[in-house]
Amino acid sequence: MRLQAVDVKLGYGDRLIVDGLDLGIETGTVTTIIGPNGCGKSTLLRALGRLLKPLSGHVLLDGRHIHRMPSREVAKILGVLPQAPAAPEGLTVADLVARGRHPHQAWYRQWSAGDEAAVEDALRMTGLLDLAERPLDELSGGQRQRAWISMALAQGTDLLLLDEPTTFLDLAHQIDVLQLVSRLRDEAGRTVVMVLHDLNLAARHSDRLIAMRDGRVVAAGTPHEVMTEPVLDEVFDLEAKVIPDPVTATPLVVPIAIRPRPTETSTPR
Amino acid sequence: MSAPPGTVTAPAAATTAGAVRLAHRRPLRIGRVSLLLRPRGLAVTVTGLALLLLLTALHLRLGDIPMSLSEVVAAVLGGGTGGARLVIMELRLPRALTGALVGAALGVSGAITQAIARNPLAGPDILGVTSGASLAVVAATVAGGAAYGGAGGVLAAIGIPAAALAGGLAGALLVYGLAWRRGLDGYRLVLVGVGVVAVFTNLKYWLLTVGDVNDATRAMVWISGSLNARGMEHVVPTALALAMVLPATLLGTRTLAVLRLGDDTVRGLGVRIDLARGSLLLCAVLLASAATAAAGPIAFVALAAPQIALRLAGVAQPPLVVSAVAGAVLVTGADLAARTLTPVELPVGIVTAVLGAPYLIYLLVRTRRARGAI
Repeated sequence: MRLQAVDVKLGYGDRLIVDGLDLGIETGTVTTIIGPNGCGKSTLLRALGRLLKPLSGHVLLDGRHIHRMPSREVAKILGVLPQAPAAPEGLTVADLVARGRHPHQAWYRQWSAGDEAAVEDALRMTGLLDLAERPLDELSGGQRQRAWISMALAQGTDLLLLDEPTTFLDLAHQIDVLQLVSRLRDEAGRTVVMVLHDLNLAARHSDRLIAMRDGRVVAAGTPHEVMTEPVLDEVFDLEAKVIPDPVTATPLVVPIAIRPRPTETSTPR
Repeated sequence: MSAPPGTVTAPAAATTAGAVRLAHRRPLRIGRVSLLLRPRGLAVTVTGLALLLLLTALHLRLGDIPMSLSEVVAAVLGGGTGGARLVIMELRLPRALTGALVGAALGVSGAITQAIARNPLAGPDILGVTSGASLAVVAATVAGGAAYGGAGGVLAAIGIPAAALAGGLAGALLVYGLAWRRGLDGYRLVLVGVGVVAVFTNLKYWLLTVGDVNDATRAMVWISGSLNARGMEHVVPTALALAMVLPATLLGTRTLAVLRLGDDTVRGLGVRIDLARGSLLLCAVLLASAATAAAGPIAFVALAAPQIALRLAGVAQPPLVVSAVAGAVLVTGADLAARTLTPVELPVGIVTAVLGAPYLIYLLVRTRRARGAI
């Protein structure tokens, strides 16, 4: 396990979102964090990616405290794709993807052969070679998301954290992105941690699932272990039937209704 | 762990033409060193420098006593008549040099500010530099009015730039301090900047109202931005500031390119965002303060030069060197116009403001259309 969280407390200012959480990410797998809005998924991902410093506890990368490592060193091991990233006007796909090489560059090493190869590979893997010189603003939502993933790929890190990489995409583009994630694991041996909302896609494209609610982990394990009717009830208050996916035999969630909880006071956000 | 052939086909990556697609990046590679050359940026820089040289030559030739090119060349090389040498070396050359250096400093300062604020409408004005400097100079002039009248040139020559520099730095510090909230947000910086500028500007007008009429008039010339009667004592500090700050800024070019992305993306790329932003902003503030100390607040140059530069160079964000050249050409050209086109010599800041206002409107309209530059 190269990435671990040990008893982390996370929050912004006075607001505590995650209160003491332990987690380990299996190397070479795709792990997906699921849970209702506001359960702390993105906060946890940001902490794992060194974007947010835990209030207490620590995140370990290769056994070292991630917040005590030099930023640049972390950026060579761990890549992060934030939720709905913003791109400056006029930037081309190639410009954006080339930015991913930043941790490997210096003023005297601005565009090495390695940079060029990495950017080319990243563009090829995401199917964007032909669009390399197009401005990002001219691309479709799916293409743009692929460009951002391509930038994270060009960074050349073994670990990749993707925060809702399929948001705003239509179903075909969602599947396109998730197939790309599977290829990253299979072909490049990358470890991927992501946040997804679609439970069936998460079950189908992940090796491991982590189900969260109110800042704590309710269940973690394989999709078969996590995607069960009791867990769905506890995490989402969702009455559902879980059947085997006719294509992949992974769990398939058929929602029935939201169950009002008698003890519930308010939905935590 | 390779997939069987055929199962994996990226939608559009049919060919291996990648090298061709990235061809506009032409690196110069020697061993482990690789430098990126941008042919178009280089061409624009060279053309801009040639234009600057031309404008400077015109500057030296034209005036109340017109000179021929040969007289100018002779004087610059140390020959010519005493009168010609005096006019060119003591009056026109320092003025032209101050203008070019101030323009270059403003151009770079604007390029940095716009990249960090992620906003083409931002400039060092928004950082409180110019308004702080103006307020300080007006305060010094009004408070020390009688003393200046009596003490004459020396105190004015040193006191005014010193007040401008101190005021500029203090203004920037105030904006930065107020905008800082566990980190710096470009949008917040712009909003705080606008607020501080409004306060400074009104304090300045209040001082002008309560002050002595003669002092106020003298201060008005300064706060319009003027290159009149600039000597080597203005050239040298500005040149020194540029020589010290510009290399540091150029080292930050790559970081500046990355800073335009969202904060989390920037952090994910291993950039210590607050340190990077803080030090680059410091460079912008130092350059703008030095420029303002030398020539007063010359409007719109820091705003326009980077935007002109990025359009000419055909890149997505203001290139530093091209912005410097564009700023130098703008100020030199505007000062030439201020000196020669009107019957009464105008402060250069008035010319740049007249040129800049329509440009600002154009930018505002275009930004609204392009949706959310802030």
